[in-house]
Amino acid sequence: MTGTVDPTVFNLIVFVLAIFVGYHVIWNVTPALHTPLMSVTNAISSVIIVGAVLAAGPAETDFGSALGAVAVGLAAINVAGGFLVTQRMLEMFKRKQPKAGKE
Amino acid sequence: MSANLVVLWYLVASVCFILALKGLSHPESARRGNYFGMAGMAIAIVTTLAIVAKGRVDIILMAMAIGGTIGAFVARRVQMTQMPELVAAMHSLVGMAAVLIAIAVVNNPASFGIPDPLPTGNKLELFIGTFVGAITFSGSVIAFGKLAGLGKHFRPFSSAPVVFKGQHILNLLLALVMIGFGVAFFMADGKAWTAFAVMTAIAFVLGVLIIIPIGGADMPVVISMLNSYSGWAAAGIGFSLNNPMLIIAGSLVGSSGAILSYIMCRAMNRAFISVILGGFGAAEGSAAAGAEQKTVRSGSADDAAFLMSNAESVIIVPGYGLAVARAQHAVKEMAEKLIHKGVNVRYAIHPVAGRMPGHMNVLLAEAEVPYDQVFEMEDINSEFGTTDVVLVLGANDVVNPLAHEKGSPIYGMPILEVAKSRTVLVNKRSMAVGYAGLDNPLFYMDKTMMVFGDAKKVVENIVKGLE
Repeated sequence: MTGTVDPTVFNLIVFVLAIFVGYHVIWNVTPALHTPLMSVTNAISSVIIVGAVLAAGPAETDFGSALGAVAVGLAAINVAGGFLVTQRMLEMFKRKQPKAGKE
Repeated sequence: MSANLVVLWYLVASVCFILALKGLSHPESARRGNYFGMAGMAIAIVTTLAIVAKGRVDIILMAMAIGGTIGAFVARRVQMTQMPELVAAMHSLVGMAAVLIAIAVVNNPASFGIPDPLPTGNKLELFIGTFVGAITFSGSVIAFGKLAGLGKHFRPFSSAPVVFKGQHILNLLLALVMIGFGVAFFMADGKAWTAFAVMTAIAFVLGVLIIIPIGGADMPVVISMLNSYSGWAAAGIGFSLNNPMLIIAGSLVGSSGAILSYIMCRAMNRAFISVILGGFGAAEGSAAAGAEQKTVRSGSADDAAFLMSNAESVIIVPGYGLAVARAQHAVKEMAEKLIHKGVNVRYAIHPVAGRMPGHMNVLLAEAEVPYDQVFEMEDINSEFGTTDVVLVLGANDVVNPLAHEKGSPIYGMPILEVAKSRTVLVNKRSMAVGYAGLDNPLFYMDKTMMVFGDAKKVVENIVKGLE
C-alpha cells in the first residue's frame, strides 16, 4: 500500500466502530433507565459544542463566528440541562432496604 | 496543544462517554456513570478551548455561562411528567447548533483548518450534517408542541395526526429537490450559498411535514427517533470538520436512539415505517361499538381495599392515566400500607407505559417507590398466574387480551397478562377506549371489578379503606 490514507477514510473507520460500541453498550441498559438514557445521550450529543467553539473561536469576529457563539450558547443549555436533569432523575432511583439484593 | 494531543484528549473524553452509557445498566452504577459523562464533556470542552486559546475565548465563555445557566435552571425546575417535552426541546437545540456550525463552515472553512474552497468530500458531509440537523430542529419543535399539548393554539402541534392528500408524494418530492440542491452545492466551485440556503430551508420544512402526521400514541417512537437524528447530525458535522470527538459521540447517541425506536416499535407491535408514515389512531375508532350491551361489574374503593388487604400478592399496573391524575404518591402510600399488612406488592411496567421510553419508572421513582419493587414486562409476565389481585391504574391497551386474537388491530402486541391472575381491579374514569380505539374484553370478565373515578381520588379512598 502506498500513499497516505484520506482523513475521510479514518473518519469512516471511527464512525463504524463507534456505532458497534454504541450498539452493544445500549442493549445492556436496563429498560427502567431508558428515560435517563435519553437525557444523558442528549447531553452527550451536545458535544457538538466542540464544533461551535471552533466556529466562535477566530480572533477576527465575522458573521460565521457570531453564529458559532450562538451555537455555543444553545449547546451549553443542553450540556448543563442534560447532565443535571439526568442526575436529578438518577437520585430518585432508590431501593427499599440498603441491604436487600446484592448488586 | 499539538493536534495529536488534542485527539488523544478526545479519546479520553470518548471513553468517559462510553462509561457513562455503560453505567446505565443498573441504577446503582448509573450515578457514577453520569459523573463520567460530565467529566468527558469537561475534557472535550477544555481541550477545544485550548485550540482557540488565542481567539475570542471571552465571547465563548460568556455564551457558555448564559446557556449553562438556562440549562441548569430548566433542569432544576422541570416536572418529571414534562420530561418528554424537555427532551424534545433539547433535541431541537442540538439540531439548530448543527445548522449554525455548518453555515459557519461554509462561510469560512479556514477557521476550522479545512481548505478553502471546501473539498467536495467535506461538502458532501456538510450537506448531510446540515439537513439532518435542520430536520432534527423543526421536527423536535413540532414534537415538543404535540407533547406540551399546544394543539389548541397551533394546528401542527395537534396530538391528533395532521394528514392531507398527497402528503407522502409531497414529502418525497421535497426530499428529492433537497438532494438536488445538495448535489448542486457540492458540485459548485465557490461557496454556492444559494444552493446551500435552499437545501437547508427545505430540510426545515421537511422536518415539520415528517412529524405532523404522527399521532400522540406514537410519541415514544418519535422522541427516540429524533434522539437518534440529533446524534447523526453531530456525527455528520464531525465528518465535515474531521473531528473524531463529534463522530464518536454522535454515533453513540445515534445508535442509542435507533435502538430505543426499535424497542418502542416492538412494544407497540408497529412497523417503524408505518409509524413514520403516520396517521395511527385516526381510522380505527369504530371498534368500540356494542360496548353497552355487555355488563361490567363495578365496585367501590372500599371493596378494592378489602380485596387487596386479604390478598397474599398484589401487582399494580400503572399507565399514563396514573401520571395524568398525579396519583403516584397516593399509590406509593397504598402499597406501603399493604406491605405493612404482609401483602407482597409489586409493580409491572409495560415498555410503552408513559410517553417516552422508561417514563413510568421515573415517575414511580419520583414518588419514592423503591426500584426493586418495579418489574419489566418480561420479568413479571410469568408471575400473574400466581397473583391474587392485579390493580390496573389508568392503563388500557397494554392489558388488552385482544392482542392474542388474530384479526384484531393490536394482534401480536406484547401485553401484560393480567387476565391470568385471580382477580383484576381496573380503575378508569369511564369506559372510554384507549389510544388504539379498541374495546377491552378484560373489563367484562367475571373476575374483573371496575372501580370508576379519578385515579388519585380512588387510590386515596383505597388508602382510607385500608386503615
